[in-house]
Amino acid sequence: MAAPIIRIDNIVKRYGPLTVLDGLSMEVLPGEKLALIGPSGSGKTTILRILMTLETISDGHIEVDGDQLYHMPKNGSLVAADDRHLHRMREKIGMVFQHFNLFPHKCVLDNVTLAPMLTKGVARAAAEKRAMELLDMVGLADKAKSMPAQLSGGQKQRVAIARALALSPKIMLFDEVTSALDPELVEEVLNVMRKLAAETDMTMLLVTHEMGFAHDFADRILFFDRGKIVEEGKPDEIFRNPRQERTQAFLRKIIAAGHRV
Amino acid sequence: MTDWSGYIGLILQGALVTVELTVMGSALAVVMAFLAGLGRVSRFMAVRALATTYIEFFRGTSIFVQLFWVYFVLPFAGVTLSPLQAGVLALGLNVGAYGAEVVRGAVKAIGREQREACIALNLTRGQAMRYVILPQALPLMLPTFCNNAIELLKGTAVVSLISLTDMTFQAQVVRAQTGSTLIPFATILVLYFLMALAISYAMRWLERRMTRGLDGVRT
Repeated sequence: MAAPIIRIDNIVKRYGPLTVLDGLSMEVLPGEKLALIGPSGSGKTTILRILMTLETISDGHIEVDGDQLYHMPKNGSLVAADDRHLHRMREKIGMVFQHFNLFPHKCVLDNVTLAPMLTKGVARAAAEKRAMELLDMVGLADKAKSMPAQLSGGQKQRVAIARALALSPKIMLFDEVTSALDPELVEEVLNVMRKLAAETDMTMLLVTHEMGFAHDFADRILFFDRGKIVEEGKPDEIFRNPRQERTQAFLRKIIAAGHRV
Repeated sequence: MTDWSGYIGLILQGALVTVELTVMGSALAVVMAFLAGLGRVSRFMAVRALATTYIEFFRGTSIFVQLFWVYFVLPFAGVTLSPLQAGVLALGLNVGAYGAEVVRGAVKAIGREQREACIALNLTRGQAMRYVILPQALPLMLPTFCNNAIELLKGTAVVSLISLTDMTFQAQVVRAQTGSTLIPFATILVLYFLMALAISYAMRWLERRMTRGLDGVRT
């Protein structure tokens, strides 16, 4: 079995008196598709934000692709990561946000080419060629010259996915990527992600409330509650035969709210 | 009957000095506004402290006193400036301090989501500022910059106090020589107004240009 690409060991995240993650440990194998589910405030989004270095941790260790994320060994002790180390780690990870976070002053094509040109020194022609391939993959090649404001939510999110993919990260993080969308636009984004999962061997972590999609997409489901992983397992185990009472209660509530499982 | 053409010519010469002061003062103000405004959001404490000190000092003391310091006191420190240099320096530093807060406010107004997208795309802080934050912040600064530029234009009148022959100075000369207050001061009233109008229109044009394609983005 391959070594884990992400190794999270006993991490704690506090905001003042509030403990969001409470001694959480988990491992992710290369190429694994993971869905993180659970009630709001259970810490699943925080995990993604920590991996993307948008948040720091209060305690514990994280290793990504063999390197410590926040601390580097130096002369036998651990020191806080410097900028260079952070940039090296961010290169391995891409993220898609709930609210797309496209750059409103740049056209779709420039949104996708900006980072490869700036961070990897890719020439404009090569960056645009790759961007067009990616936009084609998400079905938006004809929108390359549009401004983000001219797109629907679903289209924006597909551009955001193409933008993150343009840096060819080893790990992709999807943070509730369909939560801000009108219901009829959800499917077009999920279709892109299905295609992505089928065509690439990227490691993917997905925080979602779309239980049906999580079931089809993920190799493994992690159920979060109050900053801990309460239960994990294959989608069928979690959705058909949850062992823990809190998982059962959560799924009952979701089904009662009309979500398909 | 006074022959006004020569006197009006004198005032127009002064108008040229006023325009010169406004343009050069604004140029310095913009540079200072960005230096100090970005300094205020620096992650280095020393830079933030320096920027804050500059802003508080130049906002907190009057332009009149600053001008006298630059022109009459600096020579004691071995720095002698021409009246024009002194005027540009005092006006630019003074208005730049106000502009710095405009820059800071606009940069802060570009939300966390844009910054986080930059981190996720592995841009450096400098790249994020230059390619993502500033291009969006700039259109937000323009309306207030326009105010500041007009304030600067009107502030140029104080340089007549250090014997710079600007428009106000020339109007006083004409008044002394002809005994008429109405005509020279009515003339410069109109001229100041036209200059302010020109600044207004130029800024509005710039704003339209910069926000092109951004329609409906800002909420």
